[in-house]
Amino acid sequence: MESFPFVNQLLQFLVTGLTVGAIYAMVAIGFNIIYNVTEIINLAQGEFVMLGGLLMVSTHVSLGLPLLLAFPVTVLGVTLVGILLDRLAIRPIRKPSVMTLIIATVAASIIIKGLAMIIWGKSPYDLPAFSGRTPIDIGGVIIQPQYLWVVGFLVAVAVGLTLFFNRTILGKAMGACADNPDAARLVGINVRHMVLLSFALSAAIGAVAGLTLTPIALMDYDRGAMLAIKGFGAAILGGLGSFPGAILGGLILGLIESLSAGMLDSGYKDAYALIILLAVLFIRPSGILGNLEVSRFKRF
Amino acid sequence: MLRIRKAPMLAGALLILVFPWIASRIPAISHYPDLMVFAGVYALITIGLSLLMGYAGQISLGHAAFFGIGAYVSGVLTTQFDVNAWLGMLLGAVAAAAVAVAIGAPSLKLRGHYLAMATLAFGIIINIVFREEARWTGGPDGMVGISGLSVFGYAFDTAGKYYYLVWAIVAAVFLFTVNLIQSPTGRALRAIHASEAASAAMGIPIARYKVIVFTFSAVLAALAGSLYAHYMNFINPATFDLFFSIKLIIMIALGGMHSIWGAIIGAILVAFLSLEWLHYFEEFEIVVYGAILLLVTIFLPEGLAGAPAKLMARMRR
Amino acid sequence: MVKKVAIVFLVCFAICGWTIQPALAEYKVGAIFSVTGGASFLGDPEKKTAEMVVEKINKAGGINGQQVKLIVYDDESDATKCNLLSKKLITQDKVVAVIGPSVSGLSLAVVPVFEKEQTPLISCAASYKIVHNEKTGKPYPWIFKTPQSDSLAVEAIYTQMQKMGISKIAIISVTEAFGASGREELIRLAPAYKIEIVADEKYGPKDTDMMAQLTKIKGLGPQAIINWSVGPSQVTVVRNWRDLGMEKISFFQSHGFGSRKNIELAAGAAEGVFCPLGACNIAELLPAEHAQKQVTTEYMNDYKAKYNEPLSSFGGHAWDAMSLLADALKAVGPDKAKLRAYLETKQGFVGQHGVFNFSADDHNGLTKEAFQMVVVKGKDWALAN
Repeated sequence: MESFPFVNQLLQFLVTGLTVGAIYAMVAIGFNIIYNVTEIINLAQGEFVMLGGLLMVSTHVSLGLPLLLAFPVTVLGVTLVGILLDRLAIRPIRKPSVMTLIIATVAASIIIKGLAMIIWGKSPYDLPAFSGRTPIDIGGVIIQPQYLWVVGFLVAVAVGLTLFFNRTILGKAMGACADNPDAARLVGINVRHMVLLSFALSAAIGAVAGLTLTPIALMDYDRGAMLAIKGFGAAILGGLGSFPGAILGGLILGLIESLSAGMLDSGYKDAYALIILLAVLFIRPSGILGNLEVSRFKRF
Repeated sequence: MLRIRKAPMLAGALLILVFPWIASRIPAISHYPDLMVFAGVYALITIGLSLLMGYAGQISLGHAAFFGIGAYVSGVLTTQFDVNAWLGMLLGAVAAAAVAVAIGAPSLKLRGHYLAMATLAFGIIINIVFREEARWTGGPDGMVGISGLSVFGYAFDTAGKYYYLVWAIVAAVFLFTVNLIQSPTGRALRAIHASEAASAAMGIPIARYKVIVFTFSAVLAALAGSLYAHYMNFINPATFDLFFSIKLIIMIALGGMHSIWGAIIGAILVAFLSLEWLHYFEEFEIVVYGAILLLVTIFLPEGLAGAPAKLMARMRR
Repeated sequence: MVKKVAIVFLVCFAICGWTIQPALAEYKVGAIFSVTGGASFLGDPEKKTAEMVVEKINKAGGINGQQVKLIVYDDESDATKCNLLSKKLITQDKVVAVIGPSVSGLSLAVVPVFEKEQTPLISCAASYKIVHNEKTGKPYPWIFKTPQSDSLAVEAIYTQMQKMGISKIAIISVTEAFGASGREELIRLAPAYKIEIVADEKYGPKDTDMMAQLTKIKGLGPQAIINWSVGPSQVTVVRNWRDLGMEKISFFQSHGFGSRKNIELAAGAAEGVFCPLGACNIAELLPAEHAQKQVTTEYMNDYKAKYNEPLSSFGGHAWDAMSLLADALKAVGPDKAKLRAYLETKQGFVGQHGVFNFSADDHNGLTKEAFQMVVVKGKDWALAN
């Protein structure tokens, strides 16, 4: 039995932590997009991830569509669900208070989960890895090709969003809504459309996270809640509303989980991550990269 | 809900008193008093939560933790240390209060979603402790053999007797809370909820009040937990998880966030929906549950407690 | 005025309809399973199996000429609901006995209810505590169970390990009840088999991977790993094990792995993995003279034909419970006390998971022969010896 030096173990923990962290980061980004435009937390975000995985299974495995076709079909499908969520659960609310909107998203997540259970049943599903399952061995540290896909998509999403928000009119309009919806309305920006767009975009990103995760960890109808909590935690840790914060928060959370599982009592690994989260919040009440002044002005 | 009218209170009390007798006459609902025991337990928690969320304006996504602390402290003390059940209940409340102060004080700096996440994290951490410390809690398999409750030799060993015990306690807490809201403390709370800046300017010690309300809600939840443990004679960590915390929020949302009545109505409604009525939808149960919640949120934002007022307003037009 | 009278009449009829219970010539049997919720992998096949068994019985003319009415409730893996539904079955539906629940924790939760109401319960959950009252050292009089205890699965694994010369192992389990029970037994029985446990890792049921825990185990160099979980996580662990290149460390799954679907989901990673399984999982591999060959083959074919999916190991527990109850009903009729006494002395009952021999001291009736060690070979099961 060859030895497995501690340094290699540590690197392995890092690999796992970064991969899982990338998923959390993508979910956190989804939270931030909606939060920035509407100030609400969409607790159905995890369900978008779940749907992304399961829908990809249906299109790619059951229907046999090739990857390049199944991918956009899946993303579009989940985006549609996101749009429906906005239309059916958010927009109809006449006196939108933040608490009511959050409960509406909870209700939506329950409905989506229930429908997923009826459509796909309770068993887990698998997706073939995008570029095969032969592990890449770098000096004893194992990297599955699918991990690279996950991190790759995170980078693509991050770059894409940065360009979108900073260089395009639509993106800047969304940013304006986030800063001051009344002023945005005065300048002629249709705030309602921006809200719709934020849900659509969030759903799309969630779907991407789901379909890249499934080849690694399988997917079943029940996964959404845990991912939503971890993604929410990542968003808060990094500072709500901040995209670099979301990525930082996600990666940190993933790393803490992985390192504590590997080096401490693995039964408590989730607790360690949350304890660190609490500690950070008690020291910096707006998260690592969050803006304390800005958060004071927010309505919630 | 500023003025608590006497008539609804008397009507409610009467209904609670005669319900078991009515139910025993109709076989199809003869097991409803059993359900009402759980509804009463939930109502104890929601009254406290309603005070916290509706009046003090603080959110808690981790209240299942306090429910669990009360249950487990009662369970451990009575099964492993032979402590008297009532004393155990008191100690459970004390433990919950201590934890509430410990977590409440540093959380004062947190606002909105950050506070929500902190309470969520707290709830999950406590749940993990329940699961992992099997030496004390029995781990995921749960704790068996928890005794029932009795007073001076009179044992509350049937659903009927426990029903009256629980609802008597609910009634007492209800009256206490209603009085609290109409007292100077209650006014201070409402002021804080309306505007922290203004209240602070008026000299109200905001931090202290927030922690007091949080602790009070924690104590009520712990009390409910002990009652639950002694009724089921069994507890396991799965009962005290995030989904239960969210269920509590749903109870408040359905019942009406700004009303103690709403808290009770919400508790009863969700207890019956989730434990009985939704079963008839079989696999569609989850979807129907979510749909009901969504519809109430859209069309009855003040919950069911606000429905009579809305109806009256409609009829006046 | 007419409207009001009509309404009053309707209400009266409704109430009368509720209160009048027509006497039906049938045996009423109750079942509580976790059809939805965290333990649906148990409750769903159990419900399907129980219904299938009752349907078969009724088609063949029922028991003693009476039809069997099976009332199944879903406790949704929730203790409160399980408690309520148990009481409902006994006091409202007036069943003569109940099979289930699916989960150990919930079974333990309702033991007091059935003891108090003096109604037989045949649990489909594994924990030995269900049929062992710690205070008296004897089984609860009214409670029985059909699944093998976790300890038997552990003993089967440890016996195999002794044959393979393994003495240094790592264990990894899920933090839920199924994993926690198994882990407790693994730790308790290790010294008796001279097995040293060098690592004791855990993971959550919804975790995305266990690479960190396995990496730590790899560094400690044990001869074998035992994983105790059910659900997608047991597949993920196997995949991670193979990805990390740990094939030299023998991998043992718990009996929770017992479904060909799991081999499929593992995408080839499960090759060479060991697993203790009840006979019903390997009906085709059993020799023709094996006592359980006939019932297991029949169950396998019936279930596949009716539900168009391969049988689940756990459904077998419900088959055993329901068939046992049917056997008892046939012998003594719908009398709770007589059923209890009959079950307690039943010997040689051939079931899906073993041949049962009950007694006043043993309300489970199985020994470690109830498990066969199998190994995954060529995407299917093969007997390990």
